[in-house]
Amino acid sequence: MDTYDLNIAMPFIQATKHVLSTMAQISPTPGTPFIKKGTAATGDISAVVGLTGTKNGSIALSFSKKCAINILKNMIGDDIEDVVKDAMDTVGELTNMISGQARAQLSQIGLNLTASTPTIIVGDHHRIEHMTTCTIIAIPFSTSHGNFSVEFSFEGCHSSKV
Amino acid sequence: MNIAKLRILVVDDFSTMRKIIKSMLRKIGVKSIDDAEDGKIALNLINIHTYDLIILDWNMPNMSGIDLLKSIKKDQKPKYTPVLMVTSEATEPQIITAVQAGASNYIVKPFTEATLTKKLCAILNIGNNI
Repeated sequence: MDTYDLNIAMPFIQATKHVLSTMAQISPTPGTPFIKKGTAATGDISAVVGLTGTKNGSIALSFSKKCAINILKNMIGDDIEDVVKDAMDTVGELTNMISGQARAQLSQIGLNLTASTPTIIVGDHHRIEHMTTCTIIAIPFSTSHGNFSVEFSFEGCHSSKV
Repeated sequence: MNIAKLRILVVDDFSTMRKIIKSMLRKIGVKSIDDAEDGKIALNLINIHTYDLIILDWNMPNMSGIDLLKSIKKDQKPKYTPVLMVTSEATEPQIITAVQAGASNYIVKPFTEATLTKKLCAILNIGNNI
């Protein structure tokens, strides 16, 4: 992974920490970004947002069920109606917010991106299909409630040329 | 303006966000809150009821928040109803677009209860001591 990819990864890391600390009072710890092979999701509940603009691409979040439910509880307390449905909805909204925060930062380095509404995927062994065939960069996060990951893929990522 | 008498509509496609906003509004004393998961349901409610404030997301399926905002501002009945955009769209051009379309104010997600209260008070001319 080169400096260019790490420069793109940083806004996603900062956005994730900011969104989760503000909305769920959780401070996630980021691990080292890596190049992900294959399309298998790392978690049980995922959401994908398509991005178009200066570059086409996508961003996805994938949460363990335990982590998603704990974040849901922190966000809405006792107002849970259907725990799985509400956890899916929460993962979608978190992906929306993280995408928005990261895109605002990326616009400052000349990447102007428009996002689609999130597609939410749930179930054992599900797959995350990114919009491009380019390299997928994944950032693992750990919390006291379980783990999740943020991944993104853009056309023209430098790592794809390696 | 008596905050307990306000009627507010919250429009967001994600139920988690609608619940968060409704919970924050209840904490500051708002009693009458309706919600809608998309623009079409929101338009039906706006035709039936008179709202003191509409809180509106941007990125929604079927009808985007910005299209709903334009529609509200064209219609004679809700034309003067203040609209607070609460959205993940955080770039300056997007904020300008929303203001030009008639948004009274703008909050970027994620946000705190204090931010929502401050913006609501500013829009409705309520003292910021609730």
